Amino acid sequence: MPYLNIEERLLKGDKRACARLITMLESNDMEAVEILKRLYKNTGNAYVIGVTGPPGAGKSTLTDKLVKELRKKDKKVGIIAIDPTSPFSGGAILGDRIRMNDLSLDKNVFIRSMGTRGSLGGMSRATWGAVKVLDIFGCDYIFIETVGVGQSEVDIVKTADTVLMVMVPNLGDDIQAIKAGIMEIADVFAINKSDLDGADKTKLEVEMNLDLNENTDYRPPVVKVSAAKNKDIDVLLEKIIEHRRHLEETNKLEERRIRNNKMELLKMVEEDLMSLILDKAVKEDLLERLARDVTLRKTDPYTAKDEILKLVVNE
Amino acid sequence: MDRPIRVLVAKPGLDGHDRGAKVIARALRDAGMEVIYTGLRQTPEQIVAAAIQEDVDVVAMSILSGAHNHLFPRVVNLLKEEGVDDVLIIGGGVIPEDDIPFLLESGIEAIFTPGTSTKDVIEFIKNNLKR
Repeated sequence: MPYLNIEERLLKGDKRACARLITMLESNDMEAVEILKRLYKNTGNAYVIGVTGPPGAGKSTLTDKLVKELRKKDKKVGIIAIDPTSPFSGGAILGDRIRMNDLSLDKNVFIRSMGTRGSLGGMSRATWGAVKVLDIFGCDYIFIETVGVGQSEVDIVKTADTVLMVMVPNLGDDIQAIKAGIMEIADVFAINKSDLDGADKTKLEVEMNLDLNENTDYRPPVVKVSAAKNKDIDVLLEKIIEHRRHLEETNKLEERRIRNNKMELLKMVEEDLMSLILDKAVKEDLLERLARDVTLRKTDPYTAKDEILKLVVNE
Repeated sequence: MDRPIRVLVAKPGLDGHDRGAKVIARALRDAGMEVIYTGLRQTPEQIVAAAIQEDVDVVAMSILSGAHNHLFPRVVNLLKEEGVDDVLIIGGGVIPEDDIPFLLESGIEAIFTPGTSTKDVIEFIKNNLKR
């Protein structure tokens, strides 16, 4: 489609336009932002599923199988697979596609790998942008897959409509299941590699913990699956769809999306403010000078902090 | 370019030996690139689909089975058919000297044979990007 611009091509479901726009958003290209401003009215149709869990739990394989199940229902699906960027070189090896190779050729599946690109790399913003692009592209479902470590990864998973936590048997002692954090944000639990010894025990431990929760109107289901053996994937998908139905019927989906948008807005303001401050503070050598003064006890960190804030706040 | 270079590292064809591809993937990562590694036994169609969806700057392929004269040009042509003209395509593996001119003519921009330093590959990529 060489005679159409990227915006028109995206609306027609062109994969290259979709891919290029995501690249532009990843590099903070303002033209891409302008396009999203114009097309934002076309979003809101996709249902977003966050898939998280420890490395090696089988997130990619499970995503692959869930997507195939959705394809049987003729749903168009987008996948964003996030892998860590090396903090030393800034490079990354993104290997989630290995588990999804036969989805590559499906016209109604779009897979994109993303690196975390460091804490100031704006990953959550780029991911939220990519979700919008895939939504406009026409996806019915969008999967975001990431290891749930690091604040921005947790932020990203949290802003899904349904959070799927993938666990495996024998990962550690019982206490793993009550560790705070990611466990509380899951809406559906999958115990993958269900053919391994200990799967029942892990399921029981998770369920015991869930039963201690005070929230009683929705109790996350725990499903044993084997992604590699393609076992009980349909059951798991049904639980995900049940969670969606629950949100829709209790009017909680909108509530949740308002909460998610609040988080996205705050995050973007925080990042922009931060880069504004850093730009100025570094350019004017202020940060260096104040850090030195604090070290030499010429000033204290609290006064120094106010000094930096004066760069952006007029009082 | 203020974003990392994105490279698809792929193994077309049926040989099951990906040590070389993995060494290259690791070297490119350490050079600050984002490497999308797709694993063994990829068809040219899969490679092209992945290259498009990942919007890569470079497609780097490795073959040790001897099928390079068939598979490498096939990837070049499929990309062309899709209208992709801004991707650098390079190849490597056990490739006889005599086959190299044909491959270069078919649109593979460089062929790296055993013994190549990873530094040379990195340099070549950095100096020959198309966008």
